[in-house]
Amino acid sequence: MVKARAKLKDSEFAEDVEILNNNNMVMNGKNCELSQVNLDVPVTGTVYGTLLNYKGSLEALKNQVHHPPYNEPPKGPVLYIKPKNTFSAFAKPIPLPTGVPELEIGAALGIVIGKTATRVKKAQAMDYIEGFTIVNDISIPHESVYRPAIRYKARDGFCPIGPWIVPKDSISNPDCLAIRVYINGQLKQENTTSNLIRPISRLIEDVTDFMTLNAGDVLLVGVPENAPLAKANDQIRIEIDEIGYLENPIITEEKLAMEGIS
Amino acid sequence: MKKARIAYAGAIHLACEYKGQLKLTDGRIVEEQDVVWLPPLEPRTVFALGLNYADHARELAFKAPEEPLAFLKGPNTFIGHRGQTRRPLDATYMHYECELAVVIGKTAKGVKKAEAFEYVCGYTIANDYAIRDYLENYYRPNLKVKNRDTCTPIGPWLVDAGDIPDPMNLSIKTYVNGKLTQQGNTSDMIFGIAELIEYFSSFMTLSPGDVILTGTPEGLADTAVGDEITTEIEGIGKLVSTIVSDDIFTKGYEPTDIKIDC
Repeated sequence: MVKARAKLKDSEFAEDVEILNNNNMVMNGKNCELSQVNLDVPVTGTVYGTLLNYKGSLEALKNQVHHPPYNEPPKGPVLYIKPKNTFSAFAKPIPLPTGVPELEIGAALGIVIGKTATRVKKAQAMDYIEGFTIVNDISIPHESVYRPAIRYKARDGFCPIGPWIVPKDSISNPDCLAIRVYINGQLKQENTTSNLIRPISRLIEDVTDFMTLNAGDVLLVGVPENAPLAKANDQIRIEIDEIGYLENPIITEEKLAMEGIS
Repeated sequence: MKKARIAYAGAIHLACEYKGQLKLTDGRIVEEQDVVWLPPLEPRTVFALGLNYADHARELAFKAPEEPLAFLKGPNTFIGHRGQTRRPLDATYMHYECELAVVIGKTAKGVKKAEAFEYVCGYTIANDYAIRDYLENYYRPNLKVKNRDTCTPIGPWLVDAGDIPDPMNLSIKTYVNGKLTQQGNTSDMIFGIAELIEYFSSFMTLSPGDVILTGTPEGLADTAVGDEITTEIEGIGKLVSTIVSDDIFTKGYEPTDIKIDC
């Protein structure tokens, strides 16, 4: 049985749980089905995203990287912040903004930091990781990655996280985890973290070289190329091997305004 | 009122300015050089504006943006008044940026310009250091330029909004070792405070503790190790930071050191 940490909506702290299977866990001695419990975001810190860290996502830019405005391929990791207003829990609706037909689904493995990490070397990087979770790094589709994309990536509810944090010791090899995206039960995307340009340890070394990651922060390893698009009322499910799945529906902003977001 | 967060005699205190000294909430009156200044608030989401003064945009050979150019900052980058800002060994151009920081006081969603100031609880000063050597053209300005540890001094005071009748007409000055090098006025912002609040709150929810760094006017200059940089805004205060070298960070540094994490 795999241990994990999950947080209930009305609880102050994340608690230890045991994962029975992708749909069931034991929490406080009780068997619960994921769909029956009101889960909260299992992390507390800052969420940093990484752009263009899948080989295929950089290749998709083709020759553009050698022309203005980019002029050359990225040297360091391309990072951004998903602010607090974007955080959302398992099963919570992702608001579809008025006038936006479709959202881009960003299926990301989230590295949950376990202790203060400053200028960490590759060889020690795993010591600074508590575990892993699933993050849906939602964006409004946009072509250019020249300027920061707050308006496209930092909308309310654009960063579902969960359902739980699986400790690193329970993951056989985080640099080789299959990721799948299903929309309404149909497989739309499949990739694996073995396609990262910067594998996890290297990414931590390069990021903590200039900025400290703190316990509870989450560093996303990136989103694979050909991100699937989804529309109103679609049910999005991201599966990552050895972690579980994260499921959220897309609901229009207007509808959510009528019903309120629980 | 001018409020500060400081460390004094073994504890962290809230304090206010009192006849050129600091008055702690427990009644003690202390000299400002006897305390350790912390950022005047623990910021939640922090927005920073690029190229938001016409003269500065010209200085960097950019045409003024048609939409605010904004990026986000993480908590790692903030330090208090009289703190140390690290200049990496390989940096050839590291400049200060004196900016008016606007602190949000209540939840703001879909706020119109005319009501925007009702959502501001106070003002402080930020020095948004940038190291231009690390600029890359992906989500520019990238985090390696703008989100480095110690590179955003903020403070000293959080000044009540009510004490600043016209925040859109404040003189801005930066001194390097006492010599005036940057001069401007908040009236020259391209997107003013009210427009920025309308802009951000049009697509995301702002919350108490969110901070908007409103950009910097022209007059940038390189800084050297040992320089004392004073960023001053009329009616808000003077924020001082000292540029320090890599040596003091690397002398005792071992990547395998046990980090303080419990």
